[in-house]
Amino acid sequence: MYWQADCECMNRSDLEMVQLERLQSTLTRVARNVPLYSRRFAELGLDPDQIRSLDDVRRLPFTTKADVRDNYPYGLFAVPLREVVRLQASSGTTGKPTVVGYTKGDVRRWSELVARVLTAGGVTKDDVVQIALNYGLFTGGFGFHYGAERIGASVIPSSSGNTRRQIMIMQDYRATALICTPSYALHLADALAEMGVGRNDLTLRVGLFGAEPWSEPMRREIEERLGIQATDNYGISEVMGPGIAGECLERRGLHINEDHFLAEIVDPESGEPAAPGETGELVLTTLTKEAFPVVRYRTGDLTRLIDEPCPCGRTFRRMARIPGRADDMLIIRGVNVFPSQVEAILLESGLAGPHYQIVLDREDRMDKATVLVEAPESFCTDRISESQGVIESLRRKLEELGVSFDVRLVEPRTLERPEGKAKRVLDRRTL
Amino acid sequence: MSGPMLALKNVDVFYGKIHAARRVSLHVKAGEIVALIGGNGAGKTTLLTAVSGLLRPAGGEIALAGESILGLAPERVVRLGLSHVPEGRLVFSPLSVEDNLRLGAYTRRGREGREAAARTLARIYEMFPVLAERRAQAAGTLSGGEQQMLALGRALMAGPRLLLLDEPGMGLAPLVVRDIFRLIVRLRDELGLTVLLVEQNARSALRIADRGYVLETGRIILQGPADELLANKDVQRAYLGRDLDAR
Repeated sequence: MYWQADCECMNRSDLEMVQLERLQSTLTRVARNVPLYSRRFAELGLDPDQIRSLDDVRRLPFTTKADVRDNYPYGLFAVPLREVVRLQASSGTTGKPTVVGYTKGDVRRWSELVARVLTAGGVTKDDVVQIALNYGLFTGGFGFHYGAERIGASVIPSSSGNTRRQIMIMQDYRATALICTPSYALHLADALAEMGVGRNDLTLRVGLFGAEPWSEPMRREIEERLGIQATDNYGISEVMGPGIAGECLERRGLHINEDHFLAEIVDPESGEPAAPGETGELVLTTLTKEAFPVVRYRTGDLTRLIDEPCPCGRTFRRMARIPGRADDMLIIRGVNVFPSQVEAILLESGLAGPHYQIVLDREDRMDKATVLVEAPESFCTDRISESQGVIESLRRKLEELGVSFDVRLVEPRTLERPEGKAKRVLDRRTL
Repeated sequence: MSGPMLALKNVDVFYGKIHAARRVSLHVKAGEIVALIGGNGAGKTTLLTAVSGLLRPAGGEIALAGESILGLAPERVVRLGLSHVPEGRLVFSPLSVEDNLRLGAYTRRGREGREAAARTLARIYEMFPVLAERRAQAAGTLSGGEQQMLALGRALMAGPRLLLLDEPGMGLAPLVVRDIFRLIVRLRDELGLTVLLVEQNARSALRIADRGYVLETGRIILQGPADELLANKDVQRAYLGRDLDAR
């Protein structure tokens, strides 16, 4: 089943023709409408008219999350704000989120692309789709919502959290498709087991999971316990959100919607193109975005491209499931957090010197985040109420990152410092 | 046939010293109507004349059904199945309607060619009954809309696969423009023709087109399905004469 067979199954030479046309007009637009790009192109003596093949894209400069942050909130928009009908955001590295905008046309294309991913994952208009992803600034909830409506499915915007209510909805509304993070799917499975609800008591058929890395054993467990076929999908808010790539039911890699995104794999260190099939950092260029086009955006996600044709008939290349990050970004309950953000808050509090550690565990299938802080010697631990107050205010500040951290004080010089270098993150989560 | 009917890749065209088209890449699939829109002097006409061989591009690739036609003489291009209806109709006024049509078949020679031309002529009279009625009349006595039909009919006489139409609605009353555009859709639907349409009247063009490209100072700045372009605010402001800010 395809959503747009004429696009998803087009032959590669037609696809490359369409990609080049769209790349060229995107570059003409960004050079004209986005100061960052016109300035960078000028600095490099680069005329976008010189980009005459898809390989020429390598001559263009990268765009990074820092660029998006430095141009907060609207600096990278390519259209006036009055043409923007939607704003979404994701966490940034300094507490400021990165803001992305969509025109009416962008929202329509976004819906179509998510509809493709949903269709590839087995969702049809006859499904009752429970979307247990956060509805808000995060692109996941609304992205999937519009795509599922576009298909004509019955959509339940159950949003995130409140597991008992989710389960009640799942049973009573007879949900047939589940969309959430993979860890939440397992959390739901545990809660179902606790309540004595078996997989045969559920009407679920398929599930689409993303927003955080997950493994094949996790997939098998989700499929087994919920009685569904589970597919992986990929999105990143700076590029669009969900709808960039998704698995078909072959479940052997995620088809990239290449008629709308140009994908490259580069060496994360040198930025040079990786050899074909080699793992490196995924770099994406939007080909049809109007409000927030990005050129060679460094996603920070590690993957490789799969050139072999897929038995499903789609001609779009696949990317391997994301094994990790090129940078130190953490994904905690689907929320992106950089250790530097935590550090900035700790330093601001005046409580912590450079000695802290972020510990990530998985409890009840859900991520649990703790910050261990070496109390400075000056800190008077006798006055318990005062220290409690400090911890509490720190916890509240950290909450602004979108994740609840547990804060614990430890004795000075007790945190590990292998080879003199502090180990900032201890990730004990197993996939 | 796989691949597009017409494909331009990185086409640069100079018109005198003016760099009129800059690395233009666009395509038209078989059976599609594609509109090329843009303001005055955006390079639309220059680009069409480069495709039909009347002007030689400075660089790039132009392929008709996968075969390069870059640098070919215009009559070779016509013989390969591309007919160009230039702006301003340009019918031969003193000649009869039928003689004007027959002139369009100049590339069809030999018995087979003549027979094919006769079949096309019959078909044109069927589709454009007004031309049949006036077949003996001097072309110069026709109304503007009828002359445009004659220009279209003449282009059809060469037996094309692809029609390049340059401003077919120019200088015609709105109702007549509507009729001409309906006719263009029939040419595609009934004769299976592929159409690349250049228009300043962006709304009429996009209403009948499947896809469109927006040309601005020689570069393609926007493209997409025609309905998306019609809804695009930049296009509305620049080419559809809609004053968005006034509301």
